[in-house]
Amino acid sequence: MNKTFEAKDVNLAGINSSLLEVNIGPQHPSTHGVFRMNAVLDGEVIVSLKPVMGYLHRNHEQIAENMSYAASMPYTDRLDYFNSMSNNLGYALSVEKLAGLEVPERAEYIRVIMAELTRLINHIAVIGFLLNDLGAFFTPVLYAFREREKILDIFEEISGSRMMCNYLRFGGVKRDLSPAILERIRGVVTAFPRFLDEFETLLTKNEILCMRCQNVGVLSPELAINASITGPLLRASGVNYDIRKVDGYSVYPRFQFKVPLGPKGDVYDRYYVRILEMRESLKILDQALNTIPAGEIMSKKMIPFLKSPRNFKPPVGEAYARVESPKGELGFYVVSDGTPQPWRYHVRAPSFINLTILEDMCLGQKVADAIIILGSVDIVLGEVDR
Amino acid sequence: MDTEKVKADLEKALGPVALKSVRSSLLVENAQDLPKVAKFLKEDAAYRLDYLSSVTASDFIDYLETVYHLYSMEKKTGPVTLRVRVPRTDPKIPSLVSLYRGAEFQERDNFDLFGIVYEGHPDLRRIMMWEGFEGFPMRKDYLQEDSETLESVDVEWLEKNGVKVPEAAKAKAVELRQQGKRALAERRVEDKG
Amino acid sequence: MMYFGEGVVKGMMVTLKAFVASYFKGPEDGGLFTVEYPEQRLPEKENFRNFPFLIYDNTPDNLRCVACDICAKECPPKCIYIVREFDKDNKPLKRPAVFNIDHTVCMNCGICEEACPFDAIYMDHNFEIASAERNENLLFRKDKLLKSNEYFHKIRPTDATAIDERRAAAEAKKKAAEAAAAQKAAAAQAAPKPAAPGTTTPPAAEPPKTV
Repeated sequence: MNKTFEAKDVNLAGINSSLLEVNIGPQHPSTHGVFRMNAVLDGEVIVSLKPVMGYLHRNHEQIAENMSYAASMPYTDRLDYFNSMSNNLGYALSVEKLAGLEVPERAEYIRVIMAELTRLINHIAVIGFLLNDLGAFFTPVLYAFREREKILDIFEEISGSRMMCNYLRFGGVKRDLSPAILERIRGVVTAFPRFLDEFETLLTKNEILCMRCQNVGVLSPELAINASITGPLLRASGVNYDIRKVDGYSVYPRFQFKVPLGPKGDVYDRYYVRILEMRESLKILDQALNTIPAGEIMSKKMIPFLKSPRNFKPPVGEAYARVESPKGELGFYVVSDGTPQPWRYHVRAPSFINLTILEDMCLGQKVADAIIILGSVDIVLGEVDR
Repeated sequence: MDTEKVKADLEKALGPVALKSVRSSLLVENAQDLPKVAKFLKEDAAYRLDYLSSVTASDFIDYLETVYHLYSMEKKTGPVTLRVRVPRTDPKIPSLVSLYRGAEFQERDNFDLFGIVYEGHPDLRRIMMWEGFEGFPMRKDYLQEDSETLESVDVEWLEKNGVKVPEAAKAKAVELRQQGKRALAERRVEDKG
Repeated sequence: MMYFGEGVVKGMMVTLKAFVASYFKGPEDGGLFTVEYPEQRLPEKENFRNFPFLIYDNTPDNLRCVACDICAKECPPKCIYIVREFDKDNKPLKRPAVFNIDHTVCMNCGICEEACPFDAIYMDHNFEIASAERNENLLFRKDKLLKSNEYFHKIRPTDATAIDERRAAAEAKKKAAEAAAAQKAAAAQAAPKPAAPGTTTPPAAEPPKTV
């Protein structure tokens, strides 16, 4: 939408006013990173809003063209730095599709457990930060981070690092889960619903939250589909599209879970859809922990390449694989030319594309509402800028 | 989805449109046919591909190409991949923003990094690099400036602002200016062995 | 909703309960869970990977690294720099003369540990490396990187025991193969018949060095 604006004079009982152009960001505590919004304001009402990004552009795609496939795996951790296991999973799926690798069953179950734990840590952190943007200064954030810490401790025990896990490999996972770790994960999963109930008592029927979030930033389903929106943002507008159900990648078809949808598509629905998705993730985790089989964790074809990743040469071709990351559809497009380095490597980042309709949602709202609409879109700058 | 079936349906519906099957995707040989093909795939009752998942550009040395992955949210069906190839010297592809809003930022990204011009895009300007940046970084023949070697303009600016520049750096800058070259970094190529 | 404001009041009850409980309950039940670093520390986790270090077996001269340069090639941000050592006659030795890792570049991914064929480089737990000066103190040279096998056992017991067992088994297999070859050679020398070519088993822990 390209509207040209001139400073128009509005006569309001003898007052002449004109439009004000203001930069929200790039240094701002509520923009979730280095992100700028060029807002043109009429008083406090937004007339136009253009997102400006690129402050964290590290040219991840070109770095990957100079490295072997496995050496790019630690760099994918740093794309969406909140959920590193999902990024690893997307990249591993795309290279496995390219090279035709089979993953053993136990490794698939471990991957699903890691992906759902990642979904939990993302959604509670997002809700915490949304409440931060609303002005509830840090209490919900720290309640949420208390639970996030428990899961990050598990990640540290398994993979060696809390956030930059680098745990998945092509054809399996790096290290096996011992029974002690499985017990700890089970403990977290059993204690989580009680925390979610307490969190909901604190927040869901809170009048201040309801008055500020309902009917703010409404997104219609037709516009959402046309603008390539995915993730909880799309499902809050009522469109039933979850890649775990549609594509059925990994072993997700074996688990039973529902896909929560929101009625209206405002900020409150996006908050509540995330809470419901967390409950569904707990169900998946429960089923996975009960039925995880014993077995190997690495495909036989890839074991010789574990010690020498620079010799791994997938066949010539291309592959596009996508996963349901907690923020939307995360896709990896890899083109190989038979050498150990990829010819082209592209990341379809959900946060980047979900920002397309930020302007449409914010028109006519006030600046304070623009901040919480941005909080509900749930961006992370590592992904937006790659 | 089966590319032969998609190709047959497209040729039946749109008449003379040059298509070729390349590696489980459809190559639209004439770039100007792209909006027609996309509109048919979006609105036809059998396909209803209403979700444009990703718009990717690549640089194969003879040509630049853009790859579109289309899915259907209504019917929950799988990807139909379209490709368009354009020459390096004058890369122009019609934009799909009028059909799919989601292509807006991705086409800007491809213009910024590869230089492909999308005709009909409402706001085609750089998105990742800063305004005033010259060059297209992701192309295979892009040479980056070497940040450690000074050029004559750098030496002049530094001396004007009171910084003492070592003689060796000044001599190198003068040499580069006499040869008419810019200070470019060597592109590091991985040991292919 | 019985009265306007009930949601807020119920929420305040939750925070009040947490506030009061923080005086009585422990960290697991909803009390205070702050660990006052550096006076108190959390227990170290075994698998935590922070920065690589080189292993020596008994003395620092007996290091396992043979300067094959594989970790430097695999390292994604290329933070390892190795120069092989030469002896007085300019023949290459199987030791590194220079082994530098730049701490400001290393991203702690652990790929060097996975790629090393000689069990020479592993990930350490050391994260307290703050210093006032960047170029001297954050470029770790060979002397700062060398740590003993006992230290490795202390920080990562299960991994260290498994690796020691694997190396001992490989050593034993190599010795048995050499003993069998020596016996066959001795038997062949004793009898004047042309002996079958001695079976040479490849040494177990030395893969071919690829460049």
